[in-house]
Amino acid sequence: MSGTRIFVSRDASAQAVGANEVANALSREAAKRGITIELVRNGSRGLLWLEPLVEVATDAGRVAYGPVTPDQVPGLFDAGLMRGEPHALYLGFTEAIPYFKSQERLTFARVGLTDPRSLQDYLDHEGYRGLNAALALEPAAIVAKVTASGLRGRGGAAFPAGIKWKTVLATPAEQKYVVCNADEGDSGTYSDRMIMEGDPFVLIEGMTIAGLAAGATRGFIYLRWEYPQAKIALDAAIAAATEAGYLGENILGSGKAFSLEVRLGAGAYICGEETSLLESLEGKRGQIRYKPPLPAVAGLFAKPTVVNNVITLASVPIILDRGAEYYRNYGLGRSRGTLPIQLTGNIKRGGLIEKAFGITLRELLYDYGGGSLSGRPIRAVQVGGPLGAYLPESQFDTPIDYEEFAKIGAMLGHGGIVVFDDTVDMAAQARYAMEFCAIESCGKCTPCRIGSTRGVEVIDRLIAGRDPDRQEALLRDLCNTMTYGSLCALGGLTPYPVISALNHFHQDFAKPAAVKAVG
Amino acid sequence: MSRKSALRGIPIKTEPACSLTKTERDTVLAVCARLKAAAGPLLPILHGVQAALGYVPKDAVPLIASELNVTRAEVHGVLSFYHYFRAEPPGRHVVHICRAEACQSVGAVALEAHAKKSLGIDFHQTTSDGAVSLEPVYCLGNCSLGPSVMVDQRLQGKVSPERFDELIAQARSRS
Ligand SMILES: Cc1cc2nc3c(=O)[nH]c(=O)nc-3n(C[C@H](O)[C@H](O)[C@H](O)COP(=O)(O)O)c2cc1C
Ligand code: SF4
Ligand code: FES
Repeated sequence: MSGTRIFVSRDASAQAVGANEVANALSREAAKRGITIELVRNGSRGLLWLEPLVEVATDAGRVAYGPVTPDQVPGLFDAGLMRGEPHALYLGFTEAIPYFKSQERLTFARVGLTDPRSLQDYLDHEGYRGLNAALALEPAAIVAKVTASGLRGRGGAAFPAGIKWKTVLATPAEQKYVVCNADEGDSGTYSDRMIMEGDPFVLIEGMTIAGLAAGATRGFIYLRWEYPQAKIALDAAIAAATEAGYLGENILGSGKAFSLEVRLGAGAYICGEETSLLESLEGKRGQIRYKPPLPAVAGLFAKPTVVNNVITLASVPIILDRGAEYYRNYGLGRSRGTLPIQLTGNIKRGGLIEKAFGITLRELLYDYGGGSLSGRPIRAVQVGGPLGAYLPESQFDTPIDYEEFAKIGAMLGHGGIVVFDDTVDMAAQARYAMEFCAIESCGKCTPCRIGSTRGVEVIDRLIAGRDPDRQEALLRDLCNTMTYGSLCALGGLTPYPVISALNHFHQDFAKPAAVKAVG
Repeated sequence: MSRKSALRGIPIKTEPACSLTKTERDTVLAVCARLKAAAGPLLPILHGVQAALGYVPKDAVPLIASELNVTRAEVHGVLSFYHYFRAEPPGRHVVHICRAEACQSVGAVALEAHAKKSLGIDFHQTTSDGAVSLEPVYCLGNCSLGPSVMVDQRLQGKVSPERFDELIAQARSRS
């Protein structure tokens, strides 16, 4: 195909604000003007506030325009879009945009750059070099590399990936599995989705390497139903990889086998927890399993199973390709490598920022994010999904680091940051946290199943000002029971958002009018 | 009762009584036949039935149970555990509104109220003309460009109440 390459993202978020309409307008306008273009539907660069972003390939690099609406397309052509010339929407070279340029893109190296449907494009951009390196190694040597890289699970619990793999490798069985946790249920997160839609081959490559390392020949990607675009992208990539011999009975002639299939979840947050996920994959209710045994010893169909998050697995190819040292050299303390951070909610420049651990919340919120979308002061941020603590301004200097967050009673989780301006009612947020727990509880243990429902009631009474001191004491006591008495982190961590809201934003719970009503 | 049937003892596998329409029954059987050999086939089967019919009829439960040789309780337990599956036919369009935190921070609570009021229905209900079913959803992965809504399987971002009305009007005009 010839013609100038023009890129418009296929990413679901870009489509949600009109990328398809812009792509169509570009094709139509080009045809009308007799210009040949090659329209590439890439992944998103992660500069989401600029979507729909249009990029034009020039000799000096890709030039960006955005956010573009379909009716602006003729004007773009008039201004010299094809030569990357200035226009009101002109942003310069994409890779020189400070938000992008200052990132450390390891896991997301190709997202936005390549055509996610093209295996050739993947290969042309250093794809499958990690697998080739892995094929030359013994399983134990692959595991050793992943361990040495310091890579910890990106799904939330931050458990060292190498140690998990080692357990699976060391457990003999005639069948083992690799399961990718693509349930991404946390509000404020979409990095898994962006990888699956924008560079699905890197996940497939990472899972294949995990299979080689652990001695597993079958893999499953447990994908939430809410991501239909990711399903399409993954299915297409699996088919292409299988066709080309990167998956199947005899991977690249090595004699090693690995096959992969996508399974859909059905709208249950708890199925993101790994044992619940395995139950669900087996076709059961997504209820938590008691541990031990660990999934690494007895997981899917009671066989040794590697369960890892999308980002964890997608970070493996670059570690195998560039070496453990290369990856480890990013980050600080025990948080090594990079974290794809998602800046979301009430934020001016929301998007994906892949950075080495160590950057502070404040830098993210103001230097990258540019403050709130509404222009009002940022009052609170929730980090780490619906089970994450609400942090006030006084904690914005906390660096992105697992241990630093643990120190302030918070957690990084999957790297989602949700921003709220000063119109937020933190009592309502605390109530929602309990309500969410009640809706999503798997029902296996009492503190969570019943505690969350009682929690909503207590917060309602507290907000209504009915004997508030007693209600508050009751709420704290209930949270204590949930924290220490729940079987899994849904019930166990729901107190994080509740108690942090209560501690840092106490005034929102005791509204003067309500207090008066106590009488 | 004939002598023969009295001697038959406990039936191992009976065809369960059901009030499925022919289409429903054929669909369920076809989906089961296609997927029952898979490892852990129940979720894929329920997805298959819902994808084909738009819902999983209550009376599909005994049929699926007998096809998979599991108890009705197991199938019912799974079906009722997951929020995504519905037992009743949906409206011509299914609208999912994100209720989660990132969308809340940019107006999802007001959008939800507007949607319920303008459609005259609550969550899990269908408008009386059968056009729209409204469902809650907890994050659509579009958290930097909320409030988010999914109309049928298409994600929509930055959905103001006015934009919501437009989307509904477009959906209605499609059929
Ligand atoms: C309630 C709950 C929900 C979870 N949701 C997810 C999820 O959506 N995605 C994910 O990768 N991990 C999730 N986890 C963490 C998983 O249990 C598990 O730690 C993870 O899949 C392991 O992979 P990793 O080590 O690569 O992070 C969740 C945990 C809990 C308790
Ligand atoms: S804490 Fe909640 S979700 Fe976790 S096992 Fe108990 S009831 Fe289930
Ligand atoms: S919170 Fe609404 S899309 Fe994520």
